[in-house]
Amino acid sequence: MITCREAIRQLWNYLDGLVDEPERAAVEEHLSICRRCCGELEFAEELRGMLGRYGAEELPPDVHLRLVATLDELERA
Amino acid sequence: MHDLREGESESTAADLKRFRDVVEPELALLYRVARRIVADEAEDAVQDCLLKAFRNLVQLDRDEAAPAWLRSILVNCCRDRIRRRARRPSEIWIEDLDEFSLYRKLAREDPFPYSDSLHLDFLHRFERSDVREVLASLPDLYRQPLLLVYVEGLHAKEVAHMMDTPLGTMLARLHRGRKLFERRLWEYAEANDMLKEPIS
Repeated sequence: MITCREAIRQLWNYLDGLVDEPERAAVEEHLSICRRCCGELEFAEELRGMLGRYGAEELPPDVHLRLVATLDELERA
Repeated sequence: MHDLREGESESTAADLKRFRDVVEPELALLYRVARRIVADEAEDAVQDCLLKAFRNLVQLDRDEAAPAWLRSILVNCCRDRIRRRARRPSEIWIEDLDEFSLYRKLAREDPFPYSDSLHLDFLHRFERSDVREVLASLPDLYRQPLLLVYVEGLHAKEVAHMMDTPLGTMLARLHRGRKLFERRLWEYAEANDMLKEPIS
């Protein structure tokens, strides 16, 4: 059984799908019995969600217009 | 001005329509990815990408493959721009960063002692503008991979290729970027009086 320290070290990579077997199974085994590490897992998932929701940047309308103008130009060329 | 016809075979009206149909829906994503990699040169990088894609449309055998095909062209355009820059970013040393855990910091400091969901309450106090301010405070070296992976949904391997960086180095930057983001969230909350008990 891996320690909490080891499980936490791998937590984000585990969520990102970057942990291969057998390390993945070891993290899951630890999470199945450790409530504190499950709390960290839930927190890490929330943090990831927050980044995804709030970090997105829109395409500015003026840039969009200029890029579409490039497409127009390519069509006419 | 580029010579748009340079190196390409004669395009039919159907080719032109196909090009537009596959490219236009991808413009927003292409721009966002370019912003993460080359910042202020993003629009130029997307323009380069459109031109190269137009000239090489014959390489695209299935329209469903267009998003990945366009992204790979864009990445090469961004890499060309990165290589032309004289200075490569260097790693930044920040004291005790690798050991920082926002989860444990919150448990230790317990800013909302009456809360049953301390950690989530903390995160829920951040509005979009707060998160964007925290992200903007991170060094490019760490912010770029963080946004490409967690906002744009790219795989770390793809980001390593984009940045012309070994995967191990990219994973280390992602790790440090997450840690620094966590620490800056805490510092931001402290500085902006966000560590008071929520009013129910």
